Amino acid sequence: MPVNEEARVGFYICHCGHNIANMVDVTAVAEYAAKLPNVVLSRDYKYMCSDPGQEMIAKDVEVFKLNRIVVASCSPLLHENTFRTATSKAGINQFYFQMVNIRENASWVHEDKEMATLKAKDLVRAAISRVVFHKALEKKKVPVNPDVLIVGGGISGISAALTIANAGKKVYLVEKEPTIGGYMAKFDKTFPTLDCAACILTPKMSAVLKHPGITLLSYSEVSAVDGYVGNYHVKVTRKPRYIIEEKCVGCFACIDACIFKEAKFSDEFNEGLSKRKPVYIPFPQATPQVVLIDDKTCIHFKTGKCPQTCAKACDRNAFDFDQKPVVQELEVGTILLCTGFQPFDAARAPYYGYGRYSNVYTSLEVERLVNASGPTGGHVVLRDKSKPKSIGIIHCVGSRDEKTNKWCSRVCCMYSLKLAHLLKEHTDAEIYNFYIDMRTPGKGYEEFYDKLLNEGVHFIRGRVAEVSDWAINDHEKGKLVIRVEDTLIGMVRRIPVDMVVLAVGIEPGKDAQDIRRMFNISCSNEGFFLERHPKLAPVETFTDGIYIAGACQGPRDIPDSVAQAGAAAAQALALIDSGFVELEPNTAFITEELCCGCQVCINMCPYHAITFDDGKGKSHINEALCKGCGTCVAACGSGAITQNLFEDQQILSEIYGLLVE
Amino acid sequence: MAQDKPKLKLAVYWGAACGGCCVSVLDVHEKLLDILAHADLVFWPIALDIKYKDVEEMPDGSIDITLFNGAVRNSENEHMAHVLRQKSKILIAYGSCAYLGGIPGLANFSTREELLRRVYEESESLDNPQKIHPQPSTEVSEGHLHIPSFYNDVLTLGQVVDVDYYIPGCPPQSERLVEVFMDIVSGKDLPPKGSVIGASIRVQCDECKRKKSDKKGITRFYRPWEVTDDGETCLNEQGILCMGPATRAGCGVRCVEGNAPCRGCYGPLDGIGDAGARILSAIASMLDGKEPEEISRATDSIVDPAGTFYRFSLPGSKLRRKVS
Repeated sequence: MPVNEEARVGFYICHCGHNIANMVDVTAVAEYAAKLPNVVLSRDYKYMCSDPGQEMIAKDVEVFKLNRIVVASCSPLLHENTFRTATSKAGINQFYFQMVNIRENASWVHEDKEMATLKAKDLVRAAISRVVFHKALEKKKVPVNPDVLIVGGGISGISAALTIANAGKKVYLVEKEPTIGGYMAKFDKTFPTLDCAACILTPKMSAVLKHPGITLLSYSEVSAVDGYVGNYHVKVTRKPRYIIEEKCVGCFACIDACIFKEAKFSDEFNEGLSKRKPVYIPFPQATPQVVLIDDKTCIHFKTGKCPQTCAKACDRNAFDFDQKPVVQELEVGTILLCTGFQPFDAARAPYYGYGRYSNVYTSLEVERLVNASGPTGGHVVLRDKSKPKSIGIIHCVGSRDEKTNKWCSRVCCMYSLKLAHLLKEHTDAEIYNFYIDMRTPGKGYEEFYDKLLNEGVHFIRGRVAEVSDWAINDHEKGKLVIRVEDTLIGMVRRIPVDMVVLAVGIEPGKDAQDIRRMFNISCSNEGFFLERHPKLAPVETFTDGIYIAGACQGPRDIPDSVAQAGAAAAQALALIDSGFVELEPNTAFITEELCCGCQVCINMCPYHAITFDDGKGKSHINEALCKGCGTCVAACGSGAITQNLFEDQQILSEIYGLLVE
Repeated sequence: MAQDKPKLKLAVYWGAACGGCCVSVLDVHEKLLDILAHADLVFWPIALDIKYKDVEEMPDGSIDITLFNGAVRNSENEHMAHVLRQKSKILIAYGSCAYLGGIPGLANFSTREELLRRVYEESESLDNPQKIHPQPSTEVSEGHLHIPSFYNDVLTLGQVVDVDYYIPGCPPQSERLVEVFMDIVSGKDLPPKGSVIGASIRVQCDECKRKKSDKKGITRFYRPWEVTDDGETCLNEQGILCMGPATRAGCGVRCVEGNAPCRGCYGPLDGIGDAGARILSAIASMLDGKEPEEISRATDSIVDPAGTFYRFSLPGSKLRRKVS
């Protein structure tokens, strides 16, 4: 085992009540550690994280002249800071401390006490061989830039932006669509109160636009992120609208004047149920109230031969057909990701006939159909203009399903009830809800379900097997037949209906992985952004200064998204108002004497922390930008780059300690 | 040349070696006369007829400097390593083989059995129908015949005996040898025991005059005959696999000066435990492409990656050998 003569190690093993002691023989480990080189003192204790536990370290340091501390207990994520502070209070540099996680890595994951104890000994030996080569390091304090970037202008992003801006901070709100509002803007009513979605959302949207503290960058996407907590450098690409945003007043004269007399192109906002022109605004209350040109359908961009009637109709000279994407650079201290979700693509469940039968709709399409400003002015009519007399709403489409997404999308039961209510109101049709389980936890939610039960809506418990137009009797002819096992009466039923509504679930947005990589955060198995702790840090991520809110973190409804946005805003504000951040000194540095100037390291650095000094012919690492990823250390053929806390000798000693008794 | 000091006693020995290191000693040309002015050669199998038993009978510590070249791969090499250690004041591992295992060390990618089978049973030019393998001891009419036993592992000199200094190179640059020797003769302060001497503390790129940029962007590798070298850009940037970025300088960047990529014979810098892993990660860092398929396309174009990256250093690396 590697030895450093001057190191005097104090070793402590924590029982963690029964958490560790039940599966690891802590006394045996303490006795074993006592015999290892450099170890001066070895103890086991019931709760090392308690005040007496921490004070014991300080006392021992004094009495036994310890200069290295190793604690074998839980996860460093939980208590590394506790013990570093205790070490520091005892008068030793906090980086002379090393933690061994024998709870998550030994006691909790094993069932054989003897083997778990053996493993704990190995892990302890590795830490002790490592700690003797630790060096004294200092944490660095860096000021936090008070400006905040919020990515995504749905209800989460809007709420967070207003909260933070109201606290007097500068907010940049970036939205990739031409308008903010997100999915909520498409909804007709909201459950369970049946508030008009637009009525409660649009005031918030215009508040965002008017707020002096908020800079709204719509039709823009973040294209690069650099820096670190408190000091992020962000590049935002503003996509060309071909309209000078500041000049447009939203009179829509250009839309009327478009060379296309009739709207011809699928209207995204109405889920393709209506048409729009190449120059358009997504919906009347779009924020900002600025039109844009779709260059894929505009005659000017396709042929160059359009008389540009739209531009001529504009009395403000707001048109600029030569606009190019513009990159805007921002400096912010914290970032909130509110990038939302995408609805499950119903075509992935082909047995429900979406795309094959024109009368099968997704729930979002129906939101537009029942909406007074929707494609039919709020009249629920089918594609053949007929009014449905019977409607089946199929729950859990793309949710709770091994074949598609395993998770419960949380909102579908409630919005299906809402749609059932609205459809009943609009059409007086017979409405059938096909559900697996009704999940209505939430304030007023169960009561809403109760209300629906009394409105004459039918509830059939069972996962629908198939929707088809295969009629086996006259009664079914010309209808869509929903085949389902009604598990409450224990038989297979065939329910003929005029219209089928697929309650599609929530899944991670298609660009979630790109966003995740760009902001250097993790995601869970299903692809939603991963919170730092599922219970205790639900809006924080493993990257300091980056917070998540809304459905990008997992399926959630409007109240939960707004609550989470508030929580994320509070976390960001807490960081901003603390004024500075302490940086882990795990940065890398270059030993100039060994640097040969090959520059391999420079492009490897994801944080652009390395520059080349032409005069000296050497590379240089900017410590403030280095995040300690270690990539350059591996890249350096000369071994001229050293990373604090991860020096070769420390790592090799740790491996040696792990492998060699 | 006036002599006030007694002449030094010098020995040169070869273990598992090709002979190139001994030739490099001769390559000092007329400087050999300067060396001989200060030293007597007491043992050098390639040049002098001195038997092992003569060496064994020398008093311990009676040789001032021994240059031991070649790796240790059989019982004879190991025996002489111990003998020469005992007889020498300064034992120098001379050349890549003694230092890190060298080319013979690549045999550690095979086991002893695999090697013997290949050579004595499968070799294309072989006529050995009875599949006879060499035996350490054989009975013949004249009596017992002994040959050294062949080890499973090729070892570095340092893994067998205590070594004072290491001079890298395949072979070491002759000028470096003269410099080192003259330093010893003139009584200069010697570097700490265990040091690599006769070489730089930096890598090849430090001395290489080719143009280097931070845009390495390798999308595939070429063997030197597959592309036309522009004569001035970093070879790696042209996709020609060069070990320079992780290889100690000292040779005068001889290969690259001759428009051939560095093969890595001077080994890694101080403190680098595994030369192959180090050059591998340095080269991997130069690859262009983010998708696994793009990266595989580039790495798949490396011919014999293990043999390339560990060409001179396998026994002396952390990897050491293939686990059979």
